[in-house]
Amino acid sequence: MLRTLLQGLRPPVTEPAPPADPELSALAAQLDIAARRRLGRSLSIREVDAGSCNGCELEIHALNNPFYDLERFGLRFVASPRHADVLLVTGPVSRNMRQALERTYAATPGPKWVVAVGDCAAGCGVFAGSPACVGAVDKVVPVDLTIRGCPPTPMQLLRGLLALLLSP
Amino acid sequence: MSAWDQAAARLTAGDATLVSVWGEPGRAHLALLDDAMRVTSMDCPNGRFPSIGRVHPAAIRLERAMRDLHGLDPIGLPDTRPWLIHGAAPTDYPFLPVQGENLHQVPVGPVHAGVIEPGHFRFTCDGETVVRLEQRFGYVHKGIDALMAGAEIGAAARVSGRLSGDSTVAYAIAFARAVEQALAMEIPPRAVWLRGLMAELERLANHFGDIGAICNDASFSIMLAHCAMLRERVLRASADCFGHRLMMDCVIPGGVAVDPTDCSALRTLVPEVRAAFRRLVELYDGAASLADRTVGTGIVRSELATRFGAGGYVGRASGRDFDARRFPGYAPYDALSFDVPVLTAGDVDARVWIRIKETEQSLDLVEQILDRLSPGPARIALPSGSGEGLAMVEGFRGDIFAWVRIENGRVSRSHLRDPSWFQWPLLEAAIEGNIVADFPLCNKSFNCSYSGHDV
Ligand code: SF4
Repeated sequence: MLRTLLQGLRPPVTEPAPPADPELSALAAQLDIAARRRLGRSLSIREVDAGSCNGCELEIHALNNPFYDLERFGLRFVASPRHADVLLVTGPVSRNMRQALERTYAATPGPKWVVAVGDCAAGCGVFAGSPACVGAVDKVVPVDLTIRGCPPTPMQLLRGLLALLLSP
Repeated sequence: MSAWDQAAARLTAGDATLVSVWGEPGRAHLALLDDAMRVTSMDCPNGRFPSIGRVHPAAIRLERAMRDLHGLDPIGLPDTRPWLIHGAAPTDYPFLPVQGENLHQVPVGPVHAGVIEPGHFRFTCDGETVVRLEQRFGYVHKGIDALMAGAEIGAAARVSGRLSGDSTVAYAIAFARAVEQALAMEIPPRAVWLRGLMAELERLANHFGDIGAICNDASFSIMLAHCAMLRERVLRASADCFGHRLMMDCVIPGGVAVDPTDCSALRTLVPEVRAAFRRLVELYDGAASLADRTVGTGIVRSELATRFGAGGYVGRASGRDFDARRFPGYAPYDALSFDVPVLTAGDVDARVWIRIKETEQSLDLVEQILDRLSPGPARIALPSGSGEGLAMVEGFRGDIFAWVRIENGRVSRSHLRDPSWFQWPLLEAAIEGNIVADFPLCNKSFNCSYSGHDV
């Protein structure tokens, strides 16, 4: 039984990396180059849901499935902001999550980057104007890179994260 | 006795199930289900109305939300702490006092270790054993009621589809059906079938994701790898047919926004996925080390599931034989044949088995729908008008309730009730007497929505 199952994963179903997106690469290239060199080609990511509808989380999860296999690029999700280089933040920041997001940012050691994921994180999406939301992620913490989409597909996410990792 | 008090009495006597209780400024509404779904409304110009939570605990959190959102005052509500609105000092929250010897507390969240939504869990433990869990939610409260009030119908539909992203299709159908009832309109048959198709694809994707994730939380990660691939296949086929992996905004009031020309991706998908899944089920069934973690863990007693009207796999794993597709029922399910699995063990294992059986049913349903799908229009324009409508839809997690009032082509008020409202409280009960380390497993087996609950 176990053999059939292991066979199911062979030949590898993992797909090639998406081609670089020039716009994202250009954006990422402006990030602090020295700091990125220090970290090498490996980044630890801490995901923070600051008010999302959970759609973005579903696609972020998909990055770990065998088709996308995020870890092959040296990118991995960690359980604590204290272990993270990158905060991946989703959602329009809700009033009730503002403080938790600020604290998570403060708990992340530098050098660090913030990636805003999804139309909500970028500009509140359909929740714009709600009295219960503070605003886009950059209203609360400084954002280095934005990946749009509602939700962004795993390929779009991968392209964004690779831009962070690979651009010169 | 007023109609409101009579309804409360029926709930206390167990003659009816609570569907929801919600408010708007100066008015309270209560929906019950017995042989049909009924709404009782009550004017409360001074904001006060007799609490339902006073006699029926399942209503307590909903009434705390009514206080927060609309300034209503349920007379006699046993717990008046804020629920959805945390105010300026979110960390000042009066958790219930705990007394006893040798107890310690473990606070967890709102930011958790995994890629999941935020919420706070406060465990009181005696050694490794949880003696009590208290939840605190509202972190992803986005002001849905306020956003919907006065919104144009199309915009409101897009918001409804984002109450809980994993159930975007189910929410969109619930909202659309409520609007269509309010405007007394019928949608074309093709739209009904396509909605059913999308709903079953959504159920499949989520059940695959859940089964894998539950096994992963019991450290059986090969199931996660395989189930995640099945989930991905379903999402890709959905994108092929409907242009969006989660099918967001594909269901709209008046029909469906996307009419696929080619569903061949689904025709090939179903038999392949069915064969692959059968092998995974054998693996689940035969792995003693996995059963050791899931059997007897996180038990929800059947009386509790019934009293709280818990829907979905949480209710059906604890003997509550309810599925909104069958009763109150709605199209196209009245023309389809499917079983509603029910088990009584109430543990993590039973919740996995309900999902397994429902997955098999949904695969059959997708094929039945594809066979019936015939050409024709897939949407019609909305008439202008006013009215009130309600609907109940079975999402993958359980029954979603939608109520809407339309005034001159705009939403004047609406209410969307996630199944999680009646499931989260049962998780507090299920974890009692289990060890802290089993909490992620129990929690995943519930997989309640934070966003859907926090509105
Ligand atoms: S961007 Fe879309 S999917 Fe992501 S949190 Fe916002 S509404 Fe949900």
